[in-house]
Amino acid sequence: MASLHLKGRLWVLQRDGELISDIDTDMIFHNQYLAITDISKMGQYSFDNLNGFKDFAQLAKPGDMILAGDNFGSGSSRQQAVDCFRCLGVTAIIARSYGAIYKRNAINSAFPVITMQDAKASDFKHLEVVVLDMDKGILGEKKAESMSGVQKDIFFAGGLFEYAETLK
Amino acid sequence: MGRTLIEKIIIAHGGGECTGGDVVWMDIDNRSARDFAGANVVGNLEKYGGDSPIDDPDKTFFTFDCNVPANTIPYATNQHRIRLYAREKNLKIWDVNAGIGSHVVIEEGLGKPGTTTIGTDSHLNIMGSVGAFGQGMGDVDTAFAFKSGKVWFQVPNSVRVTLKGMPAPGTEAKDVALAMLKEFGSHTLLGKSVEVCGEWTDQASLSDCITFSSLGTEMGAIIILLAPNQNVLDAFGMKKEEAIYADADATYEKEYVLDISNLEPHLAAPPNPHNVHPVSEYKETAVDGVFIGSCTNGTYEDMAYAAKLLKGRKVADGVMLKVVPATRKTWTRLLHEGLLADLFDAGAIVSNAGCGGCASGQIGMTGLQEIQVSTSNRNFTGKQGKGDTYLAGIGTAVASAVFGRIATVHELEEV
Repeated sequence: MASLHLKGRLWVLQRDGELISDIDTDMIFHNQYLAITDISKMGQYSFDNLNGFKDFAQLAKPGDMILAGDNFGSGSSRQQAVDCFRCLGVTAIIARSYGAIYKRNAINSAFPVITMQDAKASDFKHLEVVVLDMDKGILGEKKAESMSGVQKDIFFAGGLFEYAETLK
Repeated sequence: MGRTLIEKIIIAHGGGECTGGDVVWMDIDNRSARDFAGANVVGNLEKYGGDSPIDDPDKTFFTFDCNVPANTIPYATNQHRIRLYAREKNLKIWDVNAGIGSHVVIEEGLGKPGTTTIGTDSHLNIMGSVGAFGQGMGDVDTAFAFKSGKVWFQVPNSVRVTLKGMPAPGTEAKDVALAMLKEFGSHTLLGKSVEVCGEWTDQASLSDCITFSSLGTEMGAIIILLAPNQNVLDAFGMKKEEAIYADADATYEKEYVLDISNLEPHLAAPPNPHNVHPVSEYKETAVDGVFIGSCTNGTYEDMAYAAKLLKGRKVADGVMLKVVPATRKTWTRLLHEGLLADLFDAGAIVSNAGCGGCASGQIGMTGLQEIQVSTSNRNFTGKQGKGDTYLAGIGTAVASAVFGRIATVHELEEV
């Protein structure tokens, strides 16, 4: 059963002491790989177009979480930009805000995206192990937003269409 | 606590006691997909829909309006894939002869005040014109609505814009919408439910309301909601008590006042819809083509106004005037009332009903350096071809076709 309490290493996506904002879907999963539809092949390309983090896919471990700035996942509607993280076993993304389509795609595929409006790079050490409570909305000791009821419904069902099955 | 209009519509559709910012499940009255993305909806249903992919066939339908009849093989293939699926599942299709889906939904009385409609058309928030909820969604969410009758939605915060005064004679709903784009750009209203009120909205026709709300997408708004006035109620044969209105004590995140007193005709110059200026400043611009139609300006009233202005006049030599009525019902009226002859005799090319200029070349695209005046809603580079597109109302479009340069409707009175 999926849990609202996660523990893992936190990738702090920062540059010059600031969380990186406007990480778009081409930086997350570049359009040259869009023909890939097999989720097990997607992970290796995660962030391979994000300066400073191009080796993310080699270094990431299952259970890792990601912290970023504003407008994470802006750009196209490609589902691969969510699925590449699921492939690697990344368990959650925490960001100050999200591109609207990205947030919808992530929630619909039961991938936790948590908003933390005043997140700062200095709040955490890169790759420190932290606890994320998605029920109360706490990352480490800092306040984040909790999952909405809708997000929990889909998260526990394992996806949007899996949730539809529970409605019968 | 008073509720805004969008909150009341969502609450009436199973959203619970929600307010701006809450994420809720809501019931959808009309679940639609068009030929663009519709095939992906079918694909999702085949993959994830299980044994019962359609919640309620009577509330679920397809509308073909982007490329009608299909003039590319991928579109033809997608449309026919949808047809085969719809036949199997007993779903209604408004096929290639019907016209723009959002207009059909209004015309058929499905999208009446207070209802909820979703689909794959990014201008489905046009339903705000009748005080109803509408929203364009992706193929996954649309397929989910087909299967479950629901979508999840973050209730937007509401703002209110009061329009002060009345525009000058010869100024249309399109010009009022362009005045909104000029004032607010594409960021101020981003993500908001925008309730607009004032003397102008109180007297606007259904056609005016449709034109006005259709530009909400270009303002970045979730929806532009107009409280149904008497004209709109009459169009649906409804009484005021049957529609949904905001509470008198509703609170808004922000209130704006926009003075439209004596507003003159405006246009949006390339490269985006909020690059808005008075038409009179562009009179030197030569025009190669004019498009009249789209979900923004394709109603019977729009077409009848164009026909009235063109009657006894001629399109300038070397100018293409392309006219696409929004729906087959509009087409039928124009035909039987003789207005089609006025358009045709003036030199217009009239096509079958559909999205026309905005979609993949139903009535032709613009070439590099070609200058077009269009009554549609988007002039981004490449949207309607390689040329430069100026967005304007019917009067400006007709006058520009007659003079072969950008012109105001008032200049027509001189010829």
